[in-house]
Amino acid sequence: MTTLLPAEAATQPSGGRMRMLPVGDNGLLVELPDGAAVEALYAELLRRTGRSATPPSDGHDGGLHAVPAVREIVPAARTILLTGLDRPASFAAELATWRIPPRGPSTRRVVELPIRYDGPDLAAVAARWGVTEREVAREHAATEFRVAFCGFAPGFGYLTGLPEHRHVPRREVPRTSVPSGSVGLAGPYTGVYPRSSPGGWQVIGTTDAALWDPAREPAALLTPGTTVRFVPEGGR
Amino acid sequence: MTGARLTVVRAGALTTPQDLGRPGHAHLGVPAAGALDPPAHRAANRLVGNPPDAATLETTVTGCALRADREVVVAVTGAPCPVRVDGRPAAWGEPVRLPAGAVLEAGPATHGVRSYVAFAGGVAVPRVLGSRSADLLSGLGPAPLRDGDVLPLGEPSRAAARPERVPLPGPPEELVLPLLPGPRADWFAPAALRVLATGDYRVSSASNRIGLRTEGPALPRAREGELPSEGMALGALQVPPHGRPILFLADHPTTGGYPVIGVVPESSLPPAAQAVPGTPVRFVPLGGP
Repeated sequence: MTTLLPAEAATQPSGGRMRMLPVGDNGLLVELPDGAAVEALYAELLRRTGRSATPPSDGHDGGLHAVPAVREIVPAARTILLTGLDRPASFAAELATWRIPPRGPSTRRVVELPIRYDGPDLAAVAARWGVTEREVAREHAATEFRVAFCGFAPGFGYLTGLPEHRHVPRREVPRTSVPSGSVGLAGPYTGVYPRSSPGGWQVIGTTDAALWDPAREPAALLTPGTTVRFVPEGGR
Repeated sequence: MTGARLTVVRAGALTTPQDLGRPGHAHLGVPAAGALDPPAHRAANRLVGNPPDAATLETTVTGCALRADREVVVAVTGAPCPVRVDGRPAAWGEPVRLPAGAVLEAGPATHGVRSYVAFAGGVAVPRVLGSRSADLLSGLGPAPLRDGDVLPLGEPSRAAARPERVPLPGPPEELVLPLLPGPRADWFAPAALRVLATGDYRVSSASNRIGLRTEGPALPRAREGELPSEGMALGALQVPPHGRPILFLADHPTTGGYPVIGVVPESSLPPAAQAVPGTPVRFVPLGGP
């Protein structure tokens, strides 16, 4: 069993605190100060539920008893949703005592996505950044991204990594159809449309990578925590 | 017995294979899907001797008709409807023997929305991520049935069909939805829960497997704007900018940016699968947990 002292409970590596919000009779929404804290807690939850190959961080006793049966663990921008808990309130109390190591360096697999910087919004993004289209491509391809979380559609990852001054808003008028493989920007995120769908992200390029293949294990090429690099085709 | 098949004679408005869904993949953006009225789905399977996770066919309002190429035991539950075998009346909510080559007709629902048609052995469409359910949000799993489709049938289990009558609740005259406040109840004005509890809400015709939409008074917000995307639970009552709540059902998106004022416990969701457009909805806010 976890026997951490209360004194340790107040120490979150990000310097922030968790806020626990009730979700129905079996869920818990954990609100965290930032995306890095989300990734750190998500990694710890995976370790303690045995969903990760890495052993639990606190070493003793495996820590596995600390997590009851859970149906879903859904990381997002600032939160992690847990569902299927028998006693969410007591798990929330337990969770508050965890000592969570900071998000480590990217130890998980690296995915390289081939890209052509040929998107219809490339010029608009270049104008916003105040650089040439060529420079947008160079900078984007030089960025190491991480999958912060997934959602919107199976296989869609929200990739962080662009610095704040490169964040762009969504298009004012969303497109009714964005082709499969489109690489877009919105807010702090880069994302790739796994299939054709409506969307409002600023599309800067195209990839031929199969983001989602139910016959593959895992079906999603991009899973939370994965490191992603975009590699221009033809070496530009 | 292997290789038996069903031919879709009449697909109906929307008929989909459904089992208990594919929970556990929400972190990849995959909805759980699965039968919208699980008790009716389970009852249909019990009646034909199937395990609960065998796939049934979930109809929508207008029913469906199918022909099997071998004799098979079938059962229809959920929304009550006339059942016919080659045009002759047969029992609803009981095991029925469908001879080889005969047509099973699940007629239009007399009340309620979704009937469940189980075949001994189950509908054996390929599993995707462990489930045979059609997911209408993301398009995973089998496509909705079309006239002329041919579906594989599984091998019937050795277990005998269970012919005892199962108590099946009828579709609701009024949809009563208990509601546990949170996680974002604080995004709404203090009056919002009272508006929700006392307002004249009805089921909107825009409802589907993703969500039950409502018509009624808008819920006043205390905060404007959107949240950063966060995980959405089954039964979440999400409130878009127009203020009229949407109850998230099996095919709901796994994340969303509109605030959730409360969550309806899963045990209270099956009647939502059977509430026809126009049905009065009564929200009953419960004390916080």
